[in-house]
Amino acid sequence: MQTLPAPKRRPGQARTALYYATCSLLALLFLFPIGWSFFTSIKPPAEANAAPPNLWPSGLSLENYLRLAGIGGGIWHYVGNSLTVALITVAGIVFLSTLAGYGFSRFYFPGKNVLFVVILVTLMIPFQSILTPLFLVLKTLSLQNTLLGLALVYITFQLPFSVFMMRNSFDSVPRELEEAALIDGCNAFSLLTRVMLPVVMPGIVTVALFAFFASWNEFLAALIFMTDQDKFTLPIMLLNAQSGYLGTINWGLMQAGITVSILPCAILFLLLQRYYISGLIAGSVKA
Amino acid sequence: MSPAQSARSPAVPRRRLGARHWAGLLFVVPSLIFVAVFFLVPLLMTVWMSLHNWPLLGKYSFVGLENYQNLLSDDTFWSSLGFTTKYTLLVTPMIFVVAYALALLVNRAARWVGIFRTIYFLPVVIGLGTSSLLWVWLFNDQVGILQTVLYRLSLVSEPAMGSSGTALAAVLVSVVWKTVGFTMILLLVGMQAIPDELYEAAKIDGASPWQSQRFITVPLLRRTFALALILSVIGSYLAFDQFYIMTGGGPNNSTITVVYWIYRASFTYFKLGYGSALSLILMLILTAISIVQLLVLREERR
Repeated sequence: MQTLPAPKRRPGQARTALYYATCSLLALLFLFPIGWSFFTSIKPPAEANAAPPNLWPSGLSLENYLRLAGIGGGIWHYVGNSLTVALITVAGIVFLSTLAGYGFSRFYFPGKNVLFVVILVTLMIPFQSILTPLFLVLKTLSLQNTLLGLALVYITFQLPFSVFMMRNSFDSVPRELEEAALIDGCNAFSLLTRVMLPVVMPGIVTVALFAFFASWNEFLAALIFMTDQDKFTLPIMLLNAQSGYLGTINWGLMQAGITVSILPCAILFLLLQRYYISGLIAGSVKA
Repeated sequence: MSPAQSARSPAVPRRRLGARHWAGLLFVVPSLIFVAVFFLVPLLMTVWMSLHNWPLLGKYSFVGLENYQNLLSDDTFWSSLGFTTKYTLLVTPMIFVVAYALALLVNRAARWVGIFRTIYFLPVVIGLGTSSLLWVWLFNDQVGILQTVLYRLSLVSEPAMGSSGTALAAVLVSVVWKTVGFTMILLLVGMQAIPDELYEAAKIDGASPWQSQRFITVPLLRRTFALALILSVIGSYLAFDQFYIMTGGGPNNSTITVVYWIYRASFTYFKLGYGSALSLILMLILTAISIVQLLVLREERR
């Protein structure tokens, strides 16, 4: 290749270079907010607060992360709240939508289609428009201001997508597989757990992933239903810290908190991207 | 046995499947209970509550259509509806244009292109609340890097979040950043479903790349466009987090959205009946939008 004189470069080469330059520049723009936030979080606290912001910190430090334990009685408590709600939501969604998906896919009971539509119709009415009565429902059931109550609400609003997704997963399992198992003497329940579950695993990963994101990232319902600071989820706590309710705003600390809130989503997405995108496409094609 | 017969269930399992018909209901009932308690009951309560004067504590009383009458003369409601519409009309085309450009850019089998797709999509998985907290810091008057850059370049002379026009612009930028990857993926999936032969044939016929776009991609993506549009319009009409966090509805209540106004009515002023009436109106508006868009979609399909 060295022997090739410069003018003989392929004409497409300049275009390719331009293409990658454009893509890279855009990638930088997209990554900048997250990157700048992370960069600020590892500046020494005093420099993270500098106005105007400085580009070259004197050094890097994990001090902001260590100090996170000090926000409103310890940020890890709120991370724990968010994690608890997310895990209940994920467990509930996996359990309910697997059962319902199986029921809707493989049985022929009266009213089946109507009931399926009833579940899907939840999608048509956005949850933002029923939060006021929902608050009273939770209060009546003594679930208002509890992590469980919040998780139950999240489960309900993730159900239509998840049931739809799981029904399709079961629909795509060949009937021969089931019939073979039935002849071998499986009952309905062991058929589901032993034969079907391994086959519909991709669907389960997808609904679990969406349930986690929905719960971990949700803001409005958590803001309304959690009136006790002790029960706040991470985004609500971060908002309170940023609004200055907890004293002077410490920006390095805020960015450390934001990084903690972004990290689980980013990692899960990068690891399970395939499942996420397939769910996204399945979910939107139906709409 | 013919293939058609073998695809059917043999006699024994068939009968056993038949015996289990009702069992299917058992699998479905747990989900239905959730939908009934946390969706259908609140939905019916919205109607009931909207006919009452309903404080958070204490007794509620029937007031008929009074909440709806108040709503008609509620300036903040009308301005919130106007503002939400304005926001929707601004953000939807912005997302659309950027997403289309990005989708064209990453719709090729080049090296590394998967990485670029992933990066452009990444903000979608971040919570809107978190992303709003992040952006309001970037635009912070003292410590925000973007605000500092805007000052240095003399593009603005006042804090971005200080006046309603620039505050809205800041929110728009943050929302486009956060959500454009989603529309990009929808469009990309649509573009990849278009057979390459069409483009090759067009090339042979002497069509320019622009003409290929105009006469192949755009017409064949109609359905995807409509879908992206519905999702974006409905999502925008429900806007709350970004304004609650970034502008607080200010300055001077100029950036209050409908959901924000419902939130205030119900949980700041504790007028739950009035909040329910507002919610019902929002529901009707959104249902009307969905129906119109679905009808348009159905027309297209013919």
